[in-house]
Amino acid sequence: MYTTELQKQPSRPVAESKAEKEPQELVDAFEARVAADEFIEPKDWMPAAYRRTLVRQISQHAHSEIVGMLPEGNWICRAPSLRRKAVLLAKVQDEGGHGLYLYAAAETLGTSREEMIEALHAGKAKYSTIFNYPTLTWADIGAIGWLVDGAAIMNQVPLQRTSYGPYARAMVRVCKEESFHQRQGFEIMMAMANGTPEQKEMAQDALNRWWWPSLMMFGPPDDESPNTAQSMRWRIKRDTNDELRQHFVDVTVPQAEALGLSVPDPKLKFNDKTGHYEFGEIDWSEFWNVVKGEGPVAKERMSARVKAWDEGAWVRDAAAAHAAKQHAAKQAAE
Amino acid sequence: MDIKTALFDYLLRLGDDSLILAQRLSAWCGHGPMLEVDLSMSNIGLDLIGQAALFLGYAGEVEGKGRDADKLAFHRDALRFRNCLLVEQPNGDFAQTIARQYVFSTWQRLLFQGLVKSGDPRIAEIAAKALKEIDYHADWSAEWVVRLGDGTAESRDRMIAGFAWMWRFVDELFQVDDVDAAIAKAGIGPSRASLRAGFDAALKKTFDAATLPLMPYPAAVLGGRQGHHSEHLGHLLAEMQFLPRAYPGATW
Amino acid sequence: MSNEWPLWEVFIRTKGGLSHRHAGSVRAPDAELALRHARDTYTRRLEGVSLWVVPSAQIVASDPSQGGPLFEPAESKIYRHPTFYHVPDSVKHL
Repeated sequence: MYTTELQKQPSRPVAESKAEKEPQELVDAFEARVAADEFIEPKDWMPAAYRRTLVRQISQHAHSEIVGMLPEGNWICRAPSLRRKAVLLAKVQDEGGHGLYLYAAAETLGTSREEMIEALHAGKAKYSTIFNYPTLTWADIGAIGWLVDGAAIMNQVPLQRTSYGPYARAMVRVCKEESFHQRQGFEIMMAMANGTPEQKEMAQDALNRWWWPSLMMFGPPDDESPNTAQSMRWRIKRDTNDELRQHFVDVTVPQAEALGLSVPDPKLKFNDKTGHYEFGEIDWSEFWNVVKGEGPVAKERMSARVKAWDEGAWVRDAAAAHAAKQHAAKQAAE
Repeated sequence: MDIKTALFDYLLRLGDDSLILAQRLSAWCGHGPMLEVDLSMSNIGLDLIGQAALFLGYAGEVEGKGRDADKLAFHRDALRFRNCLLVEQPNGDFAQTIARQYVFSTWQRLLFQGLVKSGDPRIAEIAAKALKEIDYHADWSAEWVVRLGDGTAESRDRMIAGFAWMWRFVDELFQVDDVDAAIAKAGIGPSRASLRAGFDAALKKTFDAATLPLMPYPAAVLGGRQGHHSEHLGHLLAEMQFLPRAYPGATW
Repeated sequence: MSNEWPLWEVFIRTKGGLSHRHAGSVRAPDAELALRHARDTYTRRLEGVSLWVVPSAQIVASDPSQGGPLFEPAESKIYRHPTFYHVPDSVKHL
């Protein structure tokens, strides 16, 4: 569903690579290739910090897809029509597929999926803060598709040109598949905003709850995002957090108006001179609390992931054991 | 029994089997033992939702009272559901889900191999599309029965326990009542009793490959086709139907 | 003992007449399930008519640091390309 830039916590050292001595001519050649918009491939030489940053970013992105299956999965069994049920199941399944593509991309950097999943479960890896919010009504499924996927697409489209080849190729596939996700969400919102008074109330309530967390999805403001410069130089990131956030507000506010819903921001107003919307202050203390795992349903999300993984262990073991037996039998026969 | 009444009931049986099993499989989404397996189960669920929509839509037309597939899915109570007891059984662990899927898909494949030759062209057409899906479900679940049966001591115990849970609901799949007799007589569908030999043969083949013992069948539990379900269906429907029931008249 | 399923590379023929193209990877315990996982992961939108799965460990790849000796010598062999040769426009079917 998307990535955010959580690794850019202000507390982190700006450049972890400084301590490592890497041959300058290799570093220079690498930087020149990236600056020329060439793709870096798995077996190419790359600075250790680039590799580390990528593993962190791609695995975080993958974790977000997988944890992101949970809030929407919460409503598959309660979808209100057969069409909505099929669409939602297909969408959540897509998120699983996206997680899979991304884990595979990260694996090309030498970290296995199992290691990444274990890091997530041990609380060492982050995922997008947005999934630590609960889905309370069916309108939340509309709001997630419309706002969360909308924000995600803005983050993801530029990543199709990111410098690391496997990541870029995964993102091409992800973006192609995501194209229906936002539209199905908007369609749900439309049906509810034009529905009964109760439905409209749910739609407005969902917008009220998801608006600010959606803006937070773009990550901390640029001046608190010290690694942005390096990530942009490396083409791991192609636009700054604030640029993307502004773009999101600019395109989304008219969509809310088309729905007849109001954006929960009294300071929101269009600036004729700049051609952009001005919006109110984001509650960054809430953001950092959620990043730390204090979101309203962070515990539910993580325990669901750990439970699925732990309860799947015997299944994975069984299939591996059967394959080993088959292999041994085949060898014995030869 | 007049044929229109029988056909309506028969279509509900086909549609409800797929719908209820899809509902069960949907609950796995995001919780599977491995991402790849999660995706496989969702694919099967999506196929089944598609089948349900087609059969229930046709059922509504046959009934002629203006009920569409959604009306039938979301506004009937348990007594009016016509699915077999097997599909409403709880997911349990992965082995229990696989046991249910294997039994259902193996049986469903045989049934649909007959339905593609249905004298009712609409049913024949839906069955032809669905049969390709079902072939995949049956083969996929058989492969998992083999892996779990033959895998580790734990997986073997779980696989046996999974089948043990489902075993009492197998006979119901082959029960012939007035509806089935009327449908078979009209050339719309095969007699369910005629499917048993094929089922037993397929089961033996899979169980042999899985090194699983063939267990004797306990006394059959029946009633699903007449609307007398297990306790589980009421809870499943309460969840599935909650929104359309709580807001009658709303469109989503 | 880690029972992590091996990685498989997935190749898809998108339609008849085209060659198989790399699509991505899946994890699977054996070849049979690798094909199913490839199908369920990479062909959910009619993307293919044929699938290959290959154990990732079995792929032999060239070394990028040998890119010079491997590929650059071909750069100077321009006589392998038809545009290298000048023939009068009036002569057809060449």
